[in-house]
Amino acid sequence: MTVLTTPGAAPAPADERLARTHPLVRLLRRPEIGALVAALAIFVYFSVATSAFLSPAGAATWLYSASLFGIMAVAVALLMIGGEFDLSAGAMTGTTGLLVGAFTTQWGMNLWLAMLLALLIALTVGAFNGFLVVKTGIPSFIVTLGTFFILQGLNLAGTKLVTGQVAIQGMTLVPGFDAGKVIFGSTIPVAGLNLKVSVFWWLGITAVASWILLRTRYGNWIFAIGGQLQSAVQTGVPVKRTRIGLFMGTAAAGWLVGMLSLFDVATVQATTGIGQEFIYIICAVVGGCLLTGGYGSAIGAALGALIYGMILQGIVFAQWDNNWLKAFLGGMLLLAVLVNLSVRRQAGVRS
Amino acid sequence: MSAATTVPILQVHGIGKVYGSVIALSDVSTSVGAGEVLCVLGDNGAGKSTLLKILAGVHPHSSGELLLDGQTEHFTGPRQALDAGIATVYQDLAIVGLMPVWRNFFLGAELSAGFGPFSRLRVAEMRAITLEQLGRMGIDLRDVDQPIGTLSGGERQSVAIARAIYFGARVVILDEPTSALGVKQAGVVLRYVAQARDHGLGVVFVTHNPHHAYPVGDRFLVLNRGASLGEFDKTGIRIDELTRLMAGGAELDSLARELERG
Repeated sequence: MTVLTTPGAAPAPADERLARTHPLVRLLRRPEIGALVAALAIFVYFSVATSAFLSPAGAATWLYSASLFGIMAVAVALLMIGGEFDLSAGAMTGTTGLLVGAFTTQWGMNLWLAMLLALLIALTVGAFNGFLVVKTGIPSFIVTLGTFFILQGLNLAGTKLVTGQVAIQGMTLVPGFDAGKVIFGSTIPVAGLNLKVSVFWWLGITAVASWILLRTRYGNWIFAIGGQLQSAVQTGVPVKRTRIGLFMGTAAAGWLVGMLSLFDVATVQATTGIGQEFIYIICAVVGGCLLTGGYGSAIGAALGALIYGMILQGIVFAQWDNNWLKAFLGGMLLLAVLVNLSVRRQAGVRS
Repeated sequence: MSAATTVPILQVHGIGKVYGSVIALSDVSTSVGAGEVLCVLGDNGAGKSTLLKILAGVHPHSSGELLLDGQTEHFTGPRQALDAGIATVYQDLAIVGLMPVWRNFFLGAELSAGFGPFSRLRVAEMRAITLEQLGRMGIDLRDVDQPIGTLSGGERQSVAIARAIYFGARVVILDEPTSALGVKQAGVVLRYVAQARDHGLGVVFVTHNPHHAYPVGDRFLVLNRGASLGEFDKTGIRIDELTRLMAGGAELDSLARELERG
């Protein structure tokens, strides 16, 4: 039996039963459109309501906040499209920074070696999360909740044990710190804005993640695994490898954010990243990811983080009580979930 | 094709499967060749699914022999069976409802260009092939970009069959393809089964409905409680006999008496 091939794939002929979808309507069906509209609205609001928001220093501040959350949110979005959660992602940003700090300031290890070692440890933890989920079928919510508490405990207890304090300081004295700062902690002036380098990491990672999702086989596999795991297995998708890879992806993103904050301030608090794991998930959901998996976008997650960054700093500029942030966040999450639900209904998936 | 008619593509001899202490299937022999439709019939729990899973490479058999082109074979996974040209269309069709038709069509066997991590999907080509292949099966689709979940049951079934044929299947195993469908949709699917047969494929049609099996089947393997009740040529059995055999013959007669109004 021969494979029937199509030489020179002809363009699909127009079909009279297919109502021409207006490009605008097609755009409105994208998962990230809700986040885009919300981001614009919030941007306009704070620009009008506060004078600091649009100032070069102000804009650089909220872009920096958004970038750190954005890198994590994009990695978490990929994992969520694959149908899983990672609650250890926030603590991982602390763990990796603390590891590099301890290795270099306490034991005099070479900075680059310490960073590589921290990355390997992060990837191992990610692989462990993935392996446990894939092998046992225990929900990732529980598995990573366990890893989250383990990392949180290790971060605090380990830091106290090694330094006697709850933070690691003195990174600036480590040989090679200045070179590392160029890659992870520098400031690049663009059109009058002094942008932190993390903003470019954020944009780069969002672009790569979008490419992976929409234009590579891995992307197809991620959508399939999250959408219908059994179908992915039956069609021969390397399900285990892909899922473990996604957990390693969030761990690697945790390492990157850990490095970005380490080189930015040269100190690491033992509590870094704790409590942020849900913010990444919220950013991804606001950006159009379904909590049930199988649907979402990396650009959406990046926009979700942009919204969070703008609100986080906008509230400060507007001199409101900072506690409004949480209420705002919760309301936005519910709104996003409702919008996503209607999107899925509109896709008209018959059971 | 002349050699293929003498040596069946897929054959099992005295095959059996034990799950722990449960004997799900024992001592079943049958075969399917090119351009042939083998119907596997049986009531719930007869062992149809177990036989299907062995043929599809999902579960290894515990006893007996599986022959591929006359050679002994022991599948270690679905991928191996797929590579050997044994494609299975499961009841759930192995599709992902939220994904576009073309992404579903190529799921697990995506066309890509470039090397390793930098390879990219050949999107336009996959769209065009999907449209063309579905057209060949007589499925006239409006838009290959619509989520596959928006298609009707019969259309989804047909997409799954078309996919199996395109990817070089020599044997297509269909798991209850008509059970969830209405009368008209079931007829549509039976037409695709006949079309697959006419393309020279071997078809294994697993069903509990003799009325769907009889019109397209060449041979009928009837299972009951994990064992074979025999294999019949179409010339050797009438549809009412087939139905009676499936329902357990004598049991049905006694039931009929019981239900009669005294």
